[in-house]
Amino acid sequence: MHALVQYIESYLSSDKTPGTAGNWFWATVYVLLVFVGLSIAVIAMNWLERKILAHMQVRLGPMRVGPHGLLQPIADALKLLLKEDIIPDGADKVVFWIAPFIVVLAAFTVFVVVPFGPTHAITDMNIGILFMLGVSSLSVLGIVTAGWASNSHYPLIGALRSSAQMVSYEVAMGLAVVSAILMTSLNESSTGTLSMIGIVEAQKAQGEWFLFKFFPLGIIAFAIFAIAMVAETNRAPFDLPEAESELTAGFHTEYSGFRWSLFFLAEYSAMIAVSSIAVTLWLGGWLRPFPNLLHGTTWDLAFSFIPGIAFLLLGAMCFYNTARMPKHPLFKIQTIGLAGFGAVLALIGLVMFLPPVRERVGDIFWFSAKVAGFMYLYIWYRGTFPRYRFDQLMKVGWKVLLPTGLALLICTALWAMRSEVWTQVVVPVGMGFADFVRRLL
Amino acid sequence: MTDPRSLSPLDLDTPDKTFLDANELVINMGPQHPATHGVLRVILRLDGEKVLGLECVIGYLHRGVEKIAENRTYTMFNPYVDRMDYVAAVSNGLGYCEAVERLLSVEAPPRAQYIRVILTELNRIASHQLWLGTHALDIGAITPLFYTFRDREEILKIFEKYCGARLTTHAFRIGGLQYEAYDGFERDVKNFVSFVKPKIDEYEELLTTNRIWLERTKGVGVISGKDCIALGVTGPVLRASGVKWDIRKAQPYANYKNFDFEIPTGENGDTYDRYIVRMIEMRQSLRIIEQAVEGIPEGPIMAKVPKVMKPPVGEVYHSIEAPKGELGYFIVSDGSTQPYRVRVRPPSFVNLQALDLMCRDQLVADVIAVIGTLDIVLGEVDR
Repeated sequence: MHALVQYIESYLSSDKTPGTAGNWFWATVYVLLVFVGLSIAVIAMNWLERKILAHMQVRLGPMRVGPHGLLQPIADALKLLLKEDIIPDGADKVVFWIAPFIVVLAAFTVFVVVPFGPTHAITDMNIGILFMLGVSSLSVLGIVTAGWASNSHYPLIGALRSSAQMVSYEVAMGLAVVSAILMTSLNESSTGTLSMIGIVEAQKAQGEWFLFKFFPLGIIAFAIFAIAMVAETNRAPFDLPEAESELTAGFHTEYSGFRWSLFFLAEYSAMIAVSSIAVTLWLGGWLRPFPNLLHGTTWDLAFSFIPGIAFLLLGAMCFYNTARMPKHPLFKIQTIGLAGFGAVLALIGLVMFLPPVRERVGDIFWFSAKVAGFMYLYIWYRGTFPRYRFDQLMKVGWKVLLPTGLALLICTALWAMRSEVWTQVVVPVGMGFADFVRRLL
Repeated sequence: MTDPRSLSPLDLDTPDKTFLDANELVINMGPQHPATHGVLRVILRLDGEKVLGLECVIGYLHRGVEKIAENRTYTMFNPYVDRMDYVAAVSNGLGYCEAVERLLSVEAPPRAQYIRVILTELNRIASHQLWLGTHALDIGAITPLFYTFRDREEILKIFEKYCGARLTTHAFRIGGLQYEAYDGFERDVKNFVSFVKPKIDEYEELLTTNRIWLERTKGVGVISGKDCIALGVTGPVLRASGVKWDIRKAQPYANYKNFDFEIPTGENGDTYDRYIVRMIEMRQSLRIIEQAVEGIPEGPIMAKVPKVMKPPVGEVYHSIEAPKGELGYFIVSDGSTQPYRVRVRPPSFVNLQALDLMCRDQLVADVIAVIGTLDIVLGEVDR
């Protein structure tokens, strides 16, 4: 017993992730935390997407279940769980059964290496980014099997579209990632890294987010990734595999109830996963904004208050809306509920002001805030853009993003090695040419 | 462009081999499908995503409107026509009332004519708004739908105030109008005109220069003016192909000859041109409404028509420019109180013929875009 406690405690003094430190207990705790956090994020995302999209579209969105529809996702989840589980007669039952699990597994497994802070990751692999790209692309397998197993035309077309789309956009995505990885090697010892934590540490050491590195190369790489990641997650305007107006629901047309909700869960966690890659590679991961411009203890202190303030503001928003609730007795429970929710948020905000908490939540807060920004972008795209046609999608992928990515990679490499290129290529060649010209004369 | 008459019908039972022993795919789109605007069923023959040909199966909404007409008096049949093109019920009513008026040789008084024009043009805008919303939704832009529905609501409010109904209005009577324009009708219409003008700009802002929208609509579903005429396609589809044919100008009915407006035409006959033509049409309708609301004369709203209508033996074909194209009524009277035969020439039904021609060699996604751009209403196709 004592040994166990010691084993658990031994990790607390470590400055590594539990996976790297080899502590299975804390690794399990982290896995559970990430799983629970992700599920909550997906639920919140469900509500937020409907609300934000609704407000973009001059309507209210869910308003009935709970105050301002806050409990709507829970009601939906319950409905999905209680629905009859239908497997079509002609379906390949085993494959039909396995497909959603492949998708969910792929979407959740990538979070093993996502760094929410310098030690807040389940593990730190030296090939972290490769692991993320590799595992997240496995989800296409699930989608193809789902489309195939349904034994129906629409899902089949959806699955075919999806496989072609995901495979072709991964190439451009990979090129953008490589150019970011090149940037990690710009230190004294010129050792680059593929570790997710290492990449953020490199940005910290170089005092610059890779987004702004080698302006405009960093921004272009980020843009390529940001476009490819939307295609990779099958979201609007690249949501062809599930194009509602064309293929009814694409690869998951025949799925319903719990199995369908697994696809839903996977889609949203995949969105969070690719956003975390983008945040880690270009937006400085868990680093707070302006780490090099506004540095020093005063600024550190000031920025450490922001998480608390953010939660207090959310709480204040709830209180404001509580005051605006209809005064009719029918709305009593909703009003109390909203006030209670606001109180919880405000309490969390207050707790975040406490020094021991304040010093620890900053990393996770900034990481989540950046990911949330991407989530908002996803919703925004969905509200604004029409859908690409399949051949146009392929054209964008192969004829625009891929050549740009290649050119970008070469430019980044040349720029990163500019002193070597100058002394070993440009100067000798120039001298040789000058010599040649002189002899001619 | 192939001659529409030379298109071979589809052989749906024996798909050919295409590539690497893969069969052509015959898939069934509809009648329950989110983007076929009701209960249209399209059988597609595909090579991968490419459409080799398609066949429309219609009749899922058939109610036998024309047969019903033979068992109703002329007045009793009037509300039924609203149920054909239910998004442009007022236009349907106008066509029917004017046809019967011609049969009876009566003419609606000027005041009725003006109010008729205002309501019909309002209905044209409402119909185009609904078309724009659903068409954009089919192409994947979900937001315009809510904007257009929000603004269409204002038109429906005017209808509701005028005659109590929002959709199947039954606004007109044979010989004029039943209801006098309500107090504040003119103000409401003027307010609507100034309200909706910036809103149309707003729709255009969302779509007209949107890159994805351009890529999805330019060069999609092209049909030449010649083919349009060969197939009898009318309305914005015909005009977008460069044929300047609008019955409001070509064979003026009601009192359209009193108003100053333009007929927009396109050049390429593609989905984008049809979009632009309809957007301009909305603005032109506003122009007509503005002129009409300024010029409403005083006077009676109902011509002298007999209580029991017994038109003289004879037949009449009267057509109007409905939002979707030429809406014609062919009515045969045998001198009794009931029409001997009513045949409706619905624009949607005729325009739908062009679908096969417009979709060949395009992709599945384009079929959706083309169905949207034809602006069909299945109530009218099937009757």
